[in-house]
Amino acid sequence: MIPEVVVIDYGVGNLHSVQRALEHCGAKVLLTSDPERILAANRVILPGVGAFENAMQVLKNLDLVTAIRELPKREIPLLGICLGMQLLLDESEEFGVTSGLGLIPGRVVPVPSYTKLGVPQKIPHIGWSALMPSEEVSGWQNTLLQDVKSSEAVYFIHSYMASPNTHVHRIAECMYGEHKIAAVIGFEKVMGCQFHPEKSGEVGLKILKRFLQL
Amino acid sequence: MKNIRLIARLDIKGPNLIKGIHLEGFRVIGSPNEWATHYYNQGVDELIYMDCVASLYGRNHLGDIIRAAAKDIFVPMTVGGGIRSVQDAAEILRSGADKVAVNTAAISNPQIITDIAKKFGSQCMVLSIEAKQIAPGRWEAYTDNGREHTGLDVVEWARRGVSLGAGEVLLTSVDREGTRKGFDIDLVQSVSTEVSVPVIASGGMGKVDDLIEVVIQGGADAVAMADILHYKRQDIATIRKLAENSGIGVRSYESYDDS
Repeated sequence: MIPEVVVIDYGVGNLHSVQRALEHCGAKVLLTSDPERILAANRVILPGVGAFENAMQVLKNLDLVTAIRELPKREIPLLGICLGMQLLLDESEEFGVTSGLGLIPGRVVPVPSYTKLGVPQKIPHIGWSALMPSEEVSGWQNTLLQDVKSSEAVYFIHSYMASPNTHVHRIAECMYGEHKIAAVIGFEKVMGCQFHPEKSGEVGLKILKRFLQL
Repeated sequence: MKNIRLIARLDIKGPNLIKGIHLEGFRVIGSPNEWATHYYNQGVDELIYMDCVASLYGRNHLGDIIRAAAKDIFVPMTVGGGIRSVQDAAEILRSGADKVAVNTAAISNPQIITDIAKKFGSQCMVLSIEAKQIAPGRWEAYTDNGREHTGLDVVEWARRGVSLGAGEVLLTSVDREGTRKGFDIDLVQSVSTEVSVPVIASGGMGKVDDLIEVVIQGGADAVAMADILHYKRQDIATIRKLAENSGIGVRSYESYDDS
């Protein structure tokens, strides 16, 4: 059976890259901003690049906030990518404090501009970093990363990062300047990747294929 | 530790991948797509496409090449050359690019940096600088493949571009480009220490030692390679391994298939 996936089209983000990667994985992709079609989906992806506040405003204008919040209640798997992941949290510190979708408890904070040793480091964090299980999880069985090996690298490009309140929601981390950055977060059927699986070569495609099986 | 990005730079003229010296005197290498796919399968971290004749015609012609590449290549792609407006950037991003590199238009109208960054995010807006040395420790920014001078000091311009919203700097040494004489370490170091965003060193890589030097001494965050790859003087896996052996952080990469 061909897996189907809805990618939320809200005018921001690189949704075509996400669409191409999903199609490469054999999925039938529907791009839509129609709340009814989103709620009728087998699984949903919320992409996004750019600014948190603007993205949240667009979701509100399109009347999508209620529909997205409804997805977990209906047990429809939801994957946020990059900014789409950050939007899943309660709030963000980007340009003042902005409320998010509130599906995973926590907030979005700046990537530290100094390493732990106090040396200035470049922001945005751009590049390929290895995924590692966080201390709180005992491996990636039954998660988005089930088929990924620890230390396989994926592509990050971001200036802000998720800080979930509950550590068990941190499924994987990467290191930047000796700081731990939440790379994959998840809570039941709501999950998010800080990196871009659609731009992370074969490792990224494995992650998307896994999501298509949920 | 941060990981340095190993980037293949593809200079394009019409339908061809080409390579020049000092950004001039182009020699045809082959089909951009075949080479891009080859580099993707070898585990390249990113691709940069530059339309070398765009400024001659006033527009970027890479849409079709990028659309074809984006079907099978799943690493970030930056596209530059002839991007004159937010609309041009939108079209290139829509065809499959992840970032746009802007040089000439940013110099004539710096506001475009802010406009692109606001519309698509800073991470999309790469400031491309073509630098020529004019005195010890001083470089001037050029446009049109190093032909037109602008009077702008490279370090000043990089700093200003970043304050206007550029999320990354692609720094090409026109003096070194295509010469295999190594990167202009002083240039890269001067810019890298002055800006808060990542700097991609471009122009002059003749051997892996040049990469090691520009990362360790120059503070480069990424390295753009052309000649060394196109003329098959070294492959990406070997470059990755040699860099790693010198203590430089690189992406751990397991080859799936290099057919």
